[in-house]
Amino acid sequence: MNIKEKYEAVIGLEVHAQLLTQTKAYSNDENIYGAAPNTKTSAITLGHPGTLPVSNKKVIEYAVKLGLSVGAKIRKHNEYARKNYFYADLPKGYQITQDTTPICNGGVIEILDEKNKTKKINITRIHMEEDAGKSIHDLDPFNTLIDLNRAGVPLLEIVSEPEIKTGDEAFNYVMEVRKLVRYLDICDGNMEEGSLRCDANISVRIRGESKFGTKVEVKNMNSSRNVKNAIDFEIKRQIEVIENGGQIVHETRGFDAVKGITISQRHKEEANDYRYFPEPDLQPIEITKEYIEQIKKTLPLLPKELNTIYQREYKLSQYDSNLLIEDKETALFFNEICALTNNYKLAANIINGVIKSYLNENGLTITQLDISAKNIANLIDLIEGNQISNTIATSKIFPLLISSKKSPKKIAEENNWIQESDNTILKDLILQALEKYPEKIQEYKNGKKGLIGLFMGEVMKISKGKADPKITNKLLRDILEK
Amino acid sequence: MSLYRSFEVFSKALQQKKVTCYSATKHYLTKIKDSASLNIFIEIFDKEALARAKEIDKKIANGDAGKLAGMVIALKDNICFKGHEVTASSKILKGYISSYNATVVDRLLDQDAIIIGRVNCDEFAMGSGNENTIYDTVKNPLDNNKVAGGSSGGSAAAVSAGLCMSALGSDTGGSIRQPAAFCGVYGLKPTYSRVSRYGLIAYASSFDQIGPITNNIFDAKLLLEVISGRDPYDSTSSSREIHSKDLSSSGNGKKSIAYIKEHIENPGLDPIIKSYILNKIKELKSLGHNVEAISFPYLEYLVPTYYVISTAEASSNLSRYDGIRFGYRSDHNNDLESTYIKSRSMGFGKEVQRRIMLGTFVLSAGYHEAYFTKAQKIRRIIQDKTNSIFKEHDFIISPTTPHTAFDIGKKYSDPTQMYLEDIFTVHANLAGNPAISIPIKDSSLKMPFGLQLMSNHFKEKDLLEFCSSNF
Repeated sequence: MNIKEKYEAVIGLEVHAQLLTQTKAYSNDENIYGAAPNTKTSAITLGHPGTLPVSNKKVIEYAVKLGLSVGAKIRKHNEYARKNYFYADLPKGYQITQDTTPICNGGVIEILDEKNKTKKINITRIHMEEDAGKSIHDLDPFNTLIDLNRAGVPLLEIVSEPEIKTGDEAFNYVMEVRKLVRYLDICDGNMEEGSLRCDANISVRIRGESKFGTKVEVKNMNSSRNVKNAIDFEIKRQIEVIENGGQIVHETRGFDAVKGITISQRHKEEANDYRYFPEPDLQPIEITKEYIEQIKKTLPLLPKELNTIYQREYKLSQYDSNLLIEDKETALFFNEICALTNNYKLAANIINGVIKSYLNENGLTITQLDISAKNIANLIDLIEGNQISNTIATSKIFPLLISSKKSPKKIAEENNWIQESDNTILKDLILQALEKYPEKIQEYKNGKKGLIGLFMGEVMKISKGKADPKITNKLLRDILEK
Repeated sequence: MSLYRSFEVFSKALQQKKVTCYSATKHYLTKIKDSASLNIFIEIFDKEALARAKEIDKKIANGDAGKLAGMVIALKDNICFKGHEVTASSKILKGYISSYNATVVDRLLDQDAIIIGRVNCDEFAMGSGNENTIYDTVKNPLDNNKVAGGSSGGSAAAVSAGLCMSALGSDTGGSIRQPAAFCGVYGLKPTYSRVSRYGLIAYASSFDQIGPITNNIFDAKLLLEVISGRDPYDSTSSSREIHSKDLSSSGNGKKSIAYIKEHIENPGLDPIIKSYILNKIKELKSLGHNVEAISFPYLEYLVPTYYVISTAEASSNLSRYDGIRFGYRSDHNNDLESTYIKSRSMGFGKEVQRRIMLGTFVLSAGYHEAYFTKAQKIRRIIQDKTNSIFKEHDFIISPTTPHTAFDIGKKYSDPTQMYLEDIFTVHANLAGNPAISIPIKDSSLKMPFGLQLMSNHFKEKDLLEFCSSNF
């Protein structure tokens, strides 16, 4: 047994999602990324004397949306709590959050494990809180600069059960959360800008052991790739420490993406005592069944549901399905096309193939694609009806469809790309082609079947690519075998 | 000058052009300057007040003046007034200018009140003698060797000394009623949530209420009517409003009044106050009211419960004073932590530091359950018991304080003795009920004292009506 198999890792993730609300969680300040520093900071955000928070109802709506979409239980009676600690980017000296009464408990996020099998990760809780400001340590050589625009921006913290085993699973989990919040339109999921952030609690233990090892919290993983790398590194580090006879220290470590290592930041004995207590400035929020039902009606189709439709009804492969669902806009475009054609497989191929590569080459997103679903459906019809070949469709017609008002059919006709599928004409073409190679025909007949390609090529050449390849192939064989 | 002791009388005089807002404001400004030795006013907004008085005189002439037209009001130094310094009598806020109006200030100004200045108080409203202040101790206008009470000592003394018509104070554990009692004026703590706390510098958020200190019940009622009501900036504020016209309706019904046996039997209660109350009870009975002694078994828990929860909230509310964004910052520091420690150690007074430490302790890991959580449970029990009393009774009558104003400096060095000052007043804050202190002058006592009446939640109307017809 190698060392890696001897141990197993136990990982729980805390994901913070910044919500796409117009205003902050407890004030009317604009919630916007990238504004000039300290310009979205009213007296309330700055924690000036006498100011009070007022909770933004959108935050509750978004929390309920997320809760419902993972199958969580939504709490009826919600209290806010204060988490007290001093830091220069925390204006009030406490963060308004939820302590013992999170808005959501339970629920599941499904991910793919190493073997590409579906694995359920249970959600412990989702709660509402506010972000702190930003401390900027690397802009001024002597001072730390503070930008309080982010202070008070609403967050949902999604806490998973410690059921994740590897860096890859963690990566998949974060991607699933990201997908979900983007489908719900409650968070833009941008990890580089920090609108989706992730902390991991990691411990290792000998496989089969029931007791957990000492856990280490890893922070500062500002991309999904870093989540994987940081966790993989940390698991390896912990195993090495134990194998070398050492002990894991209960601590917080930060990930240095450049060096690819985690670095100790703070020991738990030095940790803050947050002195949680109920926030007296905010009334508890009551969430009614009617409200939940109302929110339920606004939920869009979610990745999991789309996957079921794509694989069960549309008979797409898991691979194709996942590619389409990866981002919401692509799935929406696919759905639009599927309303106009029944050839789902061909629709999936076009999106996952020519469209994706076109977008990638031009650095565009699917919403920037200037082709209507109707034209794509029309293109599919032409291929399906053997009027054009796949190659003509993707390499010739597709580029002309962009920003064009013409239909694919019109383009094909104008360019004389409609395939020849008339048997008598095709036979004539085949005979013309075969005339050029009398000795090759003999070779073919003697068993060199690979020569069919040469004959096909000649037919295509004579027909200027318009000969329907399927029919031509069949006719060609018929003639040669005669 | 009795003209200024009743806003009703003053308003009539204004209408009849016997007086102007301008002349009244001038009168008060002179009196304030003459009384500077009492240390009541921290700042006078003289030019501004006079300019405003002129404007309001015009409005009165045009017949479009507000309900408080010409009422000259002092603000406790923990209520924010846009463009004006507000310090909560603390070094840590010295020089701090508020960038916005407290909701109560907006409402006063909307009704054409004249804010004449800000008055002294205990630092962050923590104290019972107005001795915890970076300014000098407020002297009781009725005896300059005595305290004015606290924490709204400046507000009560200002009204008592005739330096304004009325004042706003704030009451967390008795801070309106106790100084009102010591200074011989009316002090009303409204129902918790009745008045917006937006713009009140927080001490203990689940207790704090702004309320009026006045020369008479009518003024208290009028001010309450103006400042109360739902405020979108305070999500704990109630939408239930109070209308003065309701007040004049039926004030003479027979009421059921309870008094708590343990209050009257409290060994610390001044015997003269005790006998006054017992006589008053007799008198109320003879007027046909039903007065009954009841037992309140949680009396000894009131003060401890109050101090556990209020200091816990205070420790958190005062975290924002860190020397970073506003207020005082110590120069002698070289990093973030020393900035915090030095600014807060030098910026906060002793009593405030004591309460921050106490509050931090009762919330800290290992003690949270034993202190904070337990105190919250007891608070709930106290609230339930109080509600059950008000199912059967309209009011609870008690003294406001066990004795009259004490000598300046007498209790300053003994904080627990000072905390016991709140014994009769904290009940209303713990349970959220409204309570008023009515000034009593008994010929056998040199100084006035207060009689406290507490009612059910949102029953200020009944409470004030009953007071005006029976006291």
